[in-house]
Amino acid sequence: MEGIALGEKLFFDPVLSIDNSISCADCHAPEFAFSDNRQFSEGVNGTQGNRNSMPLFNLAWNYDEHFFWDGNTFSLEHQAFVPVTDSTEMKSTWIDVQNKLQNHPEYPTLFENAFGSSNIDSTRIAKAIAQFERTLISSNSKFDQFLLGETDLSPQEQNGFSIFMDEARGDCFHCHGSDKNPLWTDNIFHNNGLDETFTDLGLGRVTGDPADNGKFKTPSLRNLAYTAPYMHDGRFATIDEVINHYSEGLKNSATIDPLMKKVGQGGVGLTTSDKADLKAFLLSLSDYDFINNPAFLNP
Amino acid sequence: MNKHFVFITIFLMVLFSCNEDTGDNVSIASVSLNFSHSWDDAPITNSDFNIIKFTNANGEVLSITKLRYLISRIILENASGETLPINGYNLVDVSKNESLLFRPINNIPQGDYKVSFLFGFNNEDNYNNNYLDLNSASWNVPEQLGGGYHYMQLEGKFIDNDLTEKGYAYHAIRAVDASKQPLKFEDTFIKVNLGTVNLTNHAQLNIDMNVAEWFKNPIVWSLEERNNMLMPNFEAQIAMFKNGQNVFKLKSITPSK
Ligand code: HEC
Ligand code: HEC
Repeated sequence: MEGIALGEKLFFDPVLSIDNSISCADCHAPEFAFSDNRQFSEGVNGTQGNRNSMPLFNLAWNYDEHFFWDGNTFSLEHQAFVPVTDSTEMKSTWIDVQNKLQNHPEYPTLFENAFGSSNIDSTRIAKAIAQFERTLISSNSKFDQFLLGETDLSPQEQNGFSIFMDEARGDCFHCHGSDKNPLWTDNIFHNNGLDETFTDLGLGRVTGDPADNGKFKTPSLRNLAYTAPYMHDGRFATIDEVINHYSEGLKNSATIDPLMKKVGQGGVGLTTSDKADLKAFLLSLSDYDFINNPAFLNP
Repeated sequence: MNKHFVFITIFLMVLFSCNEDTGDNVSIASVSLNFSHSWDDAPITNSDFNIIKFTNANGEVLSITKLRYLISRIILENASGETLPINGYNLVDVSKNESLLFRPINNIPQGDYKVSFLFGFNNEDNYNNNYLDLNSASWNVPEQLGGGYHYMQLEGKFIDNDLTEKGYAYHAIRAVDASKQPLKFEDTFIKVNLGTVNLTNHAQLNIDMNVAEWFKNPIVWSLEERNNMLMPNFEAQIAMFKNGQNVFKLKSITPSK
């Protein structure tokens, strides 16, 4: 318990950045389902990275534990190491962070309570933050309530779900999960046809295998209402743009996923009403309680 | 993630209880199943993935980018017809080495056994269970096609008649005609008989899937005609079932640890 509270405090505390200007929560804010609303996140001094911030929820169920858009980091504990020293994020050093926390009026006691000793090091900081991150559970969307028999879907949402599950129409379920996999992601890497050539190699940069170029981790479709813009580079501002992409905007490349089957025609070619229904269904996966949960707000 | 629980049936205890003083018959063997993959005589591994290098019986050249399939209901049958069922299932994923080996099954009395397993799930297993590991692997079949689970996902690219690279998704499920209500089904899981093996000590059964068979025998498969949206395609599922009858062979038996 103490570990989680400590992790939460650290998550919201700009003390982790070099000039005390930004915290994890600046790029992972509760109101955006622990993501941000920028195309590219801004770190210390407004430095921009080249990736869209990722929302944080249900991370404990990422069984393969490959984090980031390209799977570059293994395990949440290791992940929490990265932003603190990343030059486009918090730009700090661990020595500096440890000194600041060790001389802080509250932190030594909080570490004492959580770990049985007031000694503060990067491992413990990362551990506490990871503990907090694992508590970020989103499971109360309208669709979740529907699955529990607590509410009905509108005919539009119901039809949108059928399109999502239909191999001949949306065919989204092979990568984005289903009512049986309500994480709404397979946590695997695919090229979903965004580009003909790649400026960001994605998984290919990590594995060095050209067959992995342009592949990114399938994001969860939960909480899309709060996580715009979309895709690893935040190129789409709206859900409509995303749906248009799959319907008629697909770009062919050597590594495009075989499931992007109608790439020759630009996509699955949904009708206007199918698009509207699909969007209504996608929005039913958003969890208002999650972003308003007082347990997850700045302590 | 694999959960292979071995439940040894009562008949084992019966076997143990006899001949204690003579010392024979009480020796114990273990067995594990190791899956390999080939294209006719050429082995397929991870490193062949993504390269358009295989030619099917229809003369189409293709690559494999994904190959996952489900094995269940392994049964060992001894000479007197008693069966030793092995609970559990294995999702073989050629991109994950650890999934190629089905953990050893221990405490089997030595002797001759007919070994068989199912490709896919029988209907009881398919519909009465909620397998969390398979769910999180997005292995489910949509409710509109009757629910349950995939049997196989074989995906890749092929060169079509216009000489362009096109994706294919050869997904095997229980055949369903969804154009009618109620849905009309036909069983398409496959019982694979590996023949009789003599189990002594620790045996590893090396089982090979000849992927080329899926496109060959008895139906010469045209990827040009059938490449995608095959799950709701009843005829395609029946064709997969027919072609799947001889894809698995027991290649060899080697000692294992
Ligand atoms: C400057 C903005 C910024 C800050 C500050 C920041 N992050 Fe991130 N975070 C990102 C971006 C951008 C990504 C995606 C990076 C990528 O894929 O290369 C990301 C990814 C992640 C992920 C991976 C999620 C997944 O599903 O793979 C986790 C976990 C995470 N951040 C936690 C943290 C924690 C903990 C902190 C504070 C110690 C933090 N972040 C600080 C921008 C930021
Ligand atoms: C082949 C697997 C695959 C299929 C099929 C697929 N997607 Fe995706 N989807 C992805 C991947 C991978 C990404 C991230 C791509 C990137 O950022 O480069 C993504 C991104 C998205 C996003 C953006 C989410 C975010 O937080 O940025 C949405 C929304 C989405 N997909 C919806 C759909 C819908 C709707 C369908 C069906 C019409 C669909 N997807 C089919 C793999 C797939």
